[in-house]
Amino acid sequence: MLDLLLARWKQGHQTFKYPAGPPPVLPQRFAGKPTLQAGQCTPDCNRCLTGCPTQALKKSEDGLSVTLDLGKCLFCRACEHACPKQCINFSADFQLAASNRAELCLPHAGEPSPIMAEEAIRKLLGRALKLRQVSAGGCNACEADTNVLTTIGWDLSRFGIAFVASPRHADGLLVTGPVTQAMRSALEDTYAAIPHPKIVIAVGACAVSGGLFADHQETCGGVSSLLPVDLFIPGCPPHPLTILHGILAFLGKLAAESDT
Amino acid sequence: MHKYDFLPLHNGQSVPAGDLPLLSFGTFRHAVIDGVKQGLDLAALFGSDVEGQIRLTAVLASHSEGRLYTASTDVGTAFESLTPDCAQAQRFEREIYEQWSVFPTGHPWLKPVRFQQPLAQTADNQPPLSRAQRESFFSMDGEEVHEVAVGPVHAGVIEPGHFRFQCHGEAVYHLEIALGYQHRGIEKALSSGPNLRTRHYMETLSGDSTVGHGTNHALMIESLAQTAPPPRAQAIRGIALELERLANHLGDLGALAGDIGFLPTHAYCGRIRGDVLNLTASLCGNRFGRGLVMPGGVAFDIDESMRQNLIKRLQTIEAETRSAVELLWKSPSVLARFEKTGTLSQPDAKRLGLVGVAARACGLAHDVRHDFPLDIYRFAHIPVSVGKEGDVFARAMVRWLEIQRSFAFVVDQLTALPEGTCFNAPPSLRPRHLAVTLTEGWRGRICHVAQSNDDGGFQCYKVIDPSFCNWFGLAQAMRNQPISDFPLCNKSFNLSYCGHDL
Repeated sequence: MLDLLLARWKQGHQTFKYPAGPPPVLPQRFAGKPTLQAGQCTPDCNRCLTGCPTQALKKSEDGLSVTLDLGKCLFCRACEHACPKQCINFSADFQLAASNRAELCLPHAGEPSPIMAEEAIRKLLGRALKLRQVSAGGCNACEADTNVLTTIGWDLSRFGIAFVASPRHADGLLVTGPVTQAMRSALEDTYAAIPHPKIVIAVGACAVSGGLFADHQETCGGVSSLLPVDLFIPGCPPHPLTILHGILAFLGKLAAESDT
Repeated sequence: MHKYDFLPLHNGQSVPAGDLPLLSFGTFRHAVIDGVKQGLDLAALFGSDVEGQIRLTAVLASHSEGRLYTASTDVGTAFESLTPDCAQAQRFEREIYEQWSVFPTGHPWLKPVRFQQPLAQTADNQPPLSRAQRESFFSMDGEEVHEVAVGPVHAGVIEPGHFRFQCHGEAVYHLEIALGYQHRGIEKALSSGPNLRTRHYMETLSGDSTVGHGTNHALMIESLAQTAPPPRAQAIRGIALELERLANHLGDLGALAGDIGFLPTHAYCGRIRGDVLNLTASLCGNRFGRGLVMPGGVAFDIDESMRQNLIKRLQTIEAETRSAVELLWKSPSVLARFEKTGTLSQPDAKRLGLVGVAARACGLAHDVRHDFPLDIYRFAHIPVSVGKEGDVFARAMVRWLEIQRSFAFVVDQLTALPEGTCFNAPPSLRPRHLAVTLTEGWRGRICHVAQSNDDGGFQCYKVIDPSFCNWFGLAQAMRNQPISDFPLCNKSFNLSYCGHDL
């Protein structure tokens, strides 16, 4: 008994202050949101495009700029290394989520629209969100970094968010993986079993766009091909902080915070 | 005359494909059965398409000699199953049937492996099996007998699989595990490599074994291209692999504690695992090590200040880990749940060909780092962690021993990091060469077998994740256990669904 108390005292209080305080420090080599300098490309240079394993990059019509679809991005930095003019730079910005799929294409045409869900959803689910997780072909990294949010450092339950065992108890789905053909009907059945109103969150490149497996006939190429997705969280896997930020922003819990 | 008529190889050695003995089926079959009887492991038995002819290749692994033996044989539409005389062959033969439509006559348990489309170019593409077709499980009849079905969508945040229990009251008489839900078609995609995507497939094949499969793949490319990574890269790879082992073993001990309701260790390990992942993220920006290990070396170096910082953090993490984990062994209620639960005997483990932690927990002292060392493991030896009883306790204790030994290894490597560069760009693959690479992933033996073609691409690339070998062990270990102990047993194995399903 004394051992347990001593250990408890030694281990201390480990829950991060974020969002009430600054987020935990991310490693220096962390690859977050990329910035792309427009109008700098040599028209016949395709080095970043041909180096990308998921074809996330596209050249503009005038050949002077590229756009990067964050939903397909594996954050492998091949494009950053390939660009002879260093136009692509992965920053430390972990805020990657979007509630509109088109918003994941960078650079943004105008001001990015807020991630926040509509008011009715926020009112209903903002203080208690129960999620059913379905891994539909995920490699277990997105699952692991989603699961880690329930550990004491992140402590998802302090926001009223929890993962539940049954879709009947859930307010929404959190899906990882490109949706294999083998999981297709299980995913659809699970979605159908969730009472209305419900939301769907797609976590990771595979769930958002099919990722590396988008053109495999064994997969459906992402969750959007089957279900209406309310929140897209890109990454491979997205850092737990990215996932947390996305969900909190969606629920309107970050509205009062200034940009971190 | 080669032993067993097979060609001897070392781990990571490549040979001209023409040197691979092409035996008659009878000789091949006899040699595999004989080899396994003599104590070798059947590390691989798979099919490939050689200009329309289906060829089977086997790799036998001798842990005592540190040598591999390989040979091939050509088959038609059927062959005499090895399984009745060699249980280790069962999983491979079912896969051969599914991938190449070659029938293993006399196989006692010809169940689907991944429900995947055949790879054979000559076979007509069949539509995927319907749900009704997937529902053919063994069943039991009798008073008070009931069937419990779990999955593919199950209660936790975890990959999908289907578990069908035949129960009498609380006791599980038989568990059948049906996988394939995670099948993404990776092996098929690998055959057009190596290309831009190949490394990424390797890293996401089993997402929590990114460094394991990534390293094994790098070793494969280096072997086929006849190049070696610089010593500094080898040390950094070893550090990354052991950090991966640490993170997963810590997570597992925490999860095991959680499954029995022992919250202190569950809470602390859950957090400490994140700290270890952050060490890996310091190396390469990604908590799972994506983008770190490359054919030719590693993509990120460790500078002096990072080196010292990593050592300091490791020492803190090790002290916190000790405080969290030792609570388990001091608690009689924990031991009462762990001991004699999910027991697998050593003869059963050997017969089934289990690998890794699950095998070592049964007293089989097999560890690729020790028996078939490559890279840094040739110079820095880590003692093999072995358990005795083959129960949940043994699997937990093996993890604890490995945690302690991996901590020591990583600090040693960081303290004495070799000088020099960390990357040698590999040249193209030599044409028509075959190689076998083994790496001790955190679950167990990862095996890749690949052959290059005339154009420097892959003629074939076979991946065997350690989970492919161990799922049957979990089913066996659940016999005569109360069904309420299933989460505990499952977690004590903690196998990869996507590593099995590819």
